[in-house]
Amino acid sequence: MTINQSGWKPTAPAGRGDAAGTTFTGNKALMLEEPLIFEIGDDQTTGVDFILPARGEGDRRPQAGGGGGSPHGAASAEAPLHHPAAPGGAAPRAGEDRLGGLARTASIGLPGLSEPETVRHYTRLSRQNYAIDLGLFPLGSCTMKHNPRLNEKVARLPGFADVHPLQPVDTVQGALAVINELAVWLIKLTGMYGVAMSPKAGAHGELCGILCIKAALEKRGEGHRKVVLVPESAHGTNPATAAFAGFTVEDIPATVDGRVDLAALRARLGPDIAAVMITNPNTCGLFERDLKAISDAVHAAGGYVYCDGANFNAIVGKVRPGDLGVDAMHINLHKTFSTPHGGGGPGSGPVVLSEALAPFGPLPFTARMADGHIALIEEETAGDDHPDTFGRMTAFHGQMGMFTRALTYILSHGADGLQQVAEDAVLNANYVLRRLEDTLDAPFAGSGPCMHEAIFSDRGLAPGFSTIDIAKALIDEGYHPMTMYFPLVVHGAMLVEPTETESKAALDQFIGALRSVAERAKAGDAALKTAPHFAPRARLDETLAARKPVLVWKPPVAEAQAAE
Amino acid sequence: MSRYFTEDHEWIEVEGQTGTVGISDYAQGQLGDIVFVEAPDSGRSLGKGDEAAVVESVKAASDVYAPVSGTVTEGNPALADEPSLVNSDPEGEGWFFKLTLSDPSELESLMDETAYAAFVAKL
Amino acid sequence: MRYLPLTPADRSEMLAVIGASSIDDLFVDVPEAARLDGPVHDLPLHASELAVERHMTALARQNTVAGEVPFFLGAGAYRHHVPATVDHLIQRGEFLTAYTPYQPEIAQGTLQMLFEFQTQVARLLGTDVANASMYDGSTACWEAIGMARRITRRGKAILSSGLHPHYVSVARTMARYTGDLLETGAPALTADTDLDRLIAAIDADTSCVVVQYPDILGRVADLTPLAEACQANKALLIAVVTEPVALGALRAPGEMGADIVVGEGQSIGVGLQFGGPYVGLFGCKDKYVRQMPGRLCGETVDADGRRGFVLTLSTREQHIRREKATSNICTNSGLCALAFSIHMTLLGEKGLRGLAAINHAAACRAADRLAQVPGVRVINRAFFNEFTLDLGQEARPIVRTLAERGVLAGVSLGRLYPGEAALENGLVVAVTETVTDEDVEALATALTEVLA
Repeated sequence: MTINQSGWKPTAPAGRGDAAGTTFTGNKALMLEEPLIFEIGDDQTTGVDFILPARGEGDRRPQAGGGGGSPHGAASAEAPLHHPAAPGGAAPRAGEDRLGGLARTASIGLPGLSEPETVRHYTRLSRQNYAIDLGLFPLGSCTMKHNPRLNEKVARLPGFADVHPLQPVDTVQGALAVINELAVWLIKLTGMYGVAMSPKAGAHGELCGILCIKAALEKRGEGHRKVVLVPESAHGTNPATAAFAGFTVEDIPATVDGRVDLAALRARLGPDIAAVMITNPNTCGLFERDLKAISDAVHAAGGYVYCDGANFNAIVGKVRPGDLGVDAMHINLHKTFSTPHGGGGPGSGPVVLSEALAPFGPLPFTARMADGHIALIEEETAGDDHPDTFGRMTAFHGQMGMFTRALTYILSHGADGLQQVAEDAVLNANYVLRRLEDTLDAPFAGSGPCMHEAIFSDRGLAPGFSTIDIAKALIDEGYHPMTMYFPLVVHGAMLVEPTETESKAALDQFIGALRSVAERAKAGDAALKTAPHFAPRARLDETLAARKPVLVWKPPVAEAQAAE
Repeated sequence: MSRYFTEDHEWIEVEGQTGTVGISDYAQGQLGDIVFVEAPDSGRSLGKGDEAAVVESVKAASDVYAPVSGTVTEGNPALADEPSLVNSDPEGEGWFFKLTLSDPSELESLMDETAYAAFVAKL
Repeated sequence: MRYLPLTPADRSEMLAVIGASSIDDLFVDVPEAARLDGPVHDLPLHASELAVERHMTALARQNTVAGEVPFFLGAGAYRHHVPATVDHLIQRGEFLTAYTPYQPEIAQGTLQMLFEFQTQVARLLGTDVANASMYDGSTACWEAIGMARRITRRGKAILSSGLHPHYVSVARTMARYTGDLLETGAPALTADTDLDRLIAAIDADTSCVVVQYPDILGRVADLTPLAEACQANKALLIAVVTEPVALGALRAPGEMGADIVVGEGQSIGVGLQFGGPYVGLFGCKDKYVRQMPGRLCGETVDADGRRGFVLTLSTREQHIRREKATSNICTNSGLCALAFSIHMTLLGEKGLRGLAAINHAAACRAADRLAQVPGVRVINRAFFNEFTLDLGQEARPIVRTLAERGVLAGVSLGRLYPGEAALENGLVVAVTETVTDEDVEALATALTEVLA
């Protein structure tokens, strides 16, 4: 069988013993417990009042015609569902209402809360989360940088927030201009030829790029190229994406200094190779020095180069991937361009494309015409304008709300600011690396500088201590832990990405905390095994959750029986 | 009746033409708490080294390979409700599946208990 | 630069600690030929907050705002009133600037919310379980088809002609690469859906039947006979709901026997946003949980025995399963799921049913008024808050003309089905609680004049 190589052996957590002192409520001052909405709400409570639409409302709007008014009045849940048609409408069949006889009779079981209760419920929940707004969030490969609030303000302008995707294009020229303007920035920053804007997240972007490659190969009559080469250190999405598109995935070996082995790669190239997928900077935080040579070799062998752009933030404004021979690269707007992570999405993953792949990009896309008018190319005219497209990946036009935020961020920084972003991100990471390499094992520190993230291993910890113990102890120190046990190529990996939005003082304090925790792990401090001690919850039993999944709330058994 | 081990940490216990397959105590120790086992359906034909079953902890899914060729006669039904058997009794109640051997000579390439213990000691 | 806290003195000091003489030393691994010597050419330099806001506001002003005109567009994205509370709460930094809850001890806020969201969604769709959300309805729909392939080990999906054409396009794109066979067609401008055709088409190779409810023309039909036919052939029934408010008035697809129910959650809490980000809803029967794509949140206890929540069953996902994952999806639509959940909590059972009743009543009034416009025929016999008009002439230029007159009249079928001559007279009209009787009158009047 295959053995889990990350070094993580999950086991049920050990108890921390009696908590010091208990309270009647279970609360601890500002640490407030909050029940589920199903335990505090009911089906008769609502936090919304309904007023029947009537003349005179919506006073922003210009008067359009006259018309008689109807009275204000509160509509209740008992509002009639039966609406016989007036003469002229399509008449329902005898005995049928206009819901086709499908009016809901069963209760849904949705609890409601009043507005104050709702505000309190979610405010209390929010306080159980760590966030960038609270402190340094050094989650490697995830790029948790400051999210400027101007972005949020702009995205909420009614001209962006309150626009329907299928409005006539003449009524949404500003929205299309945002897409187009962002597209131009992305193309110029990467030195590429075109960009597909609609992918909804990084992995969706990867799929977009791989489908472009597949379509290009088929167009060339080389659909027999079935192998995609992926380094072992790659994000799991890379092999998952290639496999989805029908390719066979093969590993590319790495060199001892953590990079793609160019000689081994060259040796494997041949007529069956469709593409290579390379992350640059890679997931060990290192720049792939040989990427241009790799691209040249892959192109010479008739394949394409997909670059995972998850770490573009390290090189934006410093290097253009197009100059390194890349054919396709997704850009996570939520990483490089500061759109909020929102507790797990929404993301946005536009894909920049080389001249060879651009004709195959998905619908829809925007194009500025010679007269300055911006056209939306959809299925309708694709046959003339974009005949080789591989098709549509999503309804509508992509993550507009992320485009407005990302463009706002880009315009704020400008070309000079973005260059500074990459430089400061790399400077901060190297500062962390060099100040901690004497305490923690840094497997690639000897090979030169890192890029935007520093990687450490669990080598040298006391027996029985692992990366997870350091991570959980960092929680007690007031930090979100670094990425742990990824990439798989480093045992007990700790991937630290401080980002450019941390001050030196913030870094110094974090370095002090990580150093302290690492020393305790090396000394075998048993208290680490039960950390965190000061978080809203102790270590959670993930084994129990997976063995007997409880994915929706159900009433307690006694209560359910009483109701029967 | 004799028991053999693979370098991939599967064991197989053979009685006549029937083999019972599981993972070693060492392997379960490496995986941590097992939360799910996907055993093969009976009737499935396996070649030596084929992916036969999947064993999952919270953080990893590992393939279990067929130590020898044969046809599956039974997956362990107890693992569906109690995957923890793989942790508590990996080389007994926590077996994965039984198969009818198609080529018993393949057993010759496997390790016996002593050889496996020596193999694990070097890891 | 206002987002960068390092000072020049900090930078020098840090370079000294690192042992580098300049920042270029840290980029030494970048081949010299590829290193840029200054800011990327031909792009503007940094700008003040005021300047950026001015630029973006000018772009925003070039769009016609839905809330400022009589507005009747739907077809997969609906304009509903979202209480101010929703937007306030989702902007709390602890939600907005948190990551995926991989460290559950300090992410219980997001995790509990996701558990509540999953339960709300499952109850609304009438399924046993639901996941923590997908990108949007169209991608959720495709993922459901892929899931049906894995469960049934069959590769033929039958798509109702009433399924949103963008959803069909997405499925068609993906099916090209997975080898699934899709059977589909364009809808007919009639009151009846194609359920009978679907039932007749099911055979031993069918993995699933995909049907939208209410469908692209706003029609509703009982899914029970279709569910029975699917079950008899061991195929799965996938129901797609693009307007979740409808389920406040209509029976849930799960209740009628659907195996998988997916949906677009945008209507509740999220807003139009020119098409994204939205939030995909995904629910199914218990027995299919391990084949379900996307993140799942589950209940457990912590080391002290207190209830808590974690992401679970993640071995289905790409970061562990890599090329064997159920899907390559690496994210959900967390913040939109939060908006959905908050709005749904404010509504509750009573509020959602009231909202649905108001929508349906307003749509009925509008359908009756528009049916009086000479030359206009209402196609639907049954509908929720959206119905289709036959204008008796090509709808698309009429929509453009009405837009010039300040009325956003609906979505022409010509836009959705280019080249389908039989559909070009169709106009899909959505009427939600945000539409006033005065708006309807404005549309009816303008339509009367333009059609004359």
